[in-house]
Amino acid sequence: MIRLVFPLFFAAILFSAGIYGVLARRNAVLVLMSIELMLNAVNVNLVAFSQYLHQLTGQIFALFVITVAAGEIGIGLAIVILIYRNRETIDVDEVDLLKW
Amino acid sequence: MTAQEWAFAIVGVLGSVAAIRLVTSKNVVHAALWLVVTLATVAAAYLILGAEFVGWVQVLIYVGAIVVLLLFALMLTKAPIGREALDNQQRGLAAIVGLGVLVGLIFLLQGAFGGKRIHTVPTVMKQVGTALFRDYVLPFEVVSVLLLAALVGAIVLARKDEGE
Repeated sequence: MIRLVFPLFFAAILFSAGIYGVLARRNAVLVLMSIELMLNAVNVNLVAFSQYLHQLTGQIFALFVITVAAGEIGIGLAIVILIYRNRETIDVDEVDLLKW
Repeated sequence: MTAQEWAFAIVGVLGSVAAIRLVTSKNVVHAALWLVVTLATVAAAYLILGAEFVGWVQVLIYVGAIVVLLLFALMLTKAPIGREALDNQQRGLAAIVGLGVLVGLIFLLQGAFGGKRIHTVPTVMKQVGTALFRDYVLPFEVVSVLLLAALVGAIVLARKDEGE
């Protein structure tokens, strides 16, 4: 028996830390790490509600989210390395080609 | 509090501290190591909740593969060390947004699910396999095609061009 709010609060803390990291970090790899933190928070919620409702759908979706996160981090790091090769920096504040 | 709740509370506090250290550390490699701690505590949380398969997948994919990928990316890119180099000027604003989201979520969740309890029944792997390959077989195939596309895309993006 676990109170449902325990995993939900844990997920909320992880998600808030992820939001802070995405907004405050300049290094692109650290921004990607913060995004992983937020995806993990969502997964904790999915698994907690899956166990609460005794339905497997949440866990299956957590597995799909993990897969998509793996793809996302692969593409993201490839883009980061490409930016580093072209511009010698991965500072997200200095990569402003699309900024008008 | 039951034994499960104590275990979850310890894991949750450890994971929360690690997550906060991850987003505030001054060294990128330390941040990656704090990410390992956070992901491992999330895996432990899944195991305490009884979701065995998701917990071990978390250990394999995140702690095993994604962290190694991130460490390689850190190795290939030169990252300066120090607060001013890693964080931008909107730190205070970002902290306000983060804390606002946290307080809002906690009030909302406490109000909606305050007295509810999870009766943890461990999920048998057979159930997960049956659900994955019977009810969710189409999304499973779509996700595998997506993963293949991401793999090809990452190779195309990261390789050096001919003649360079």
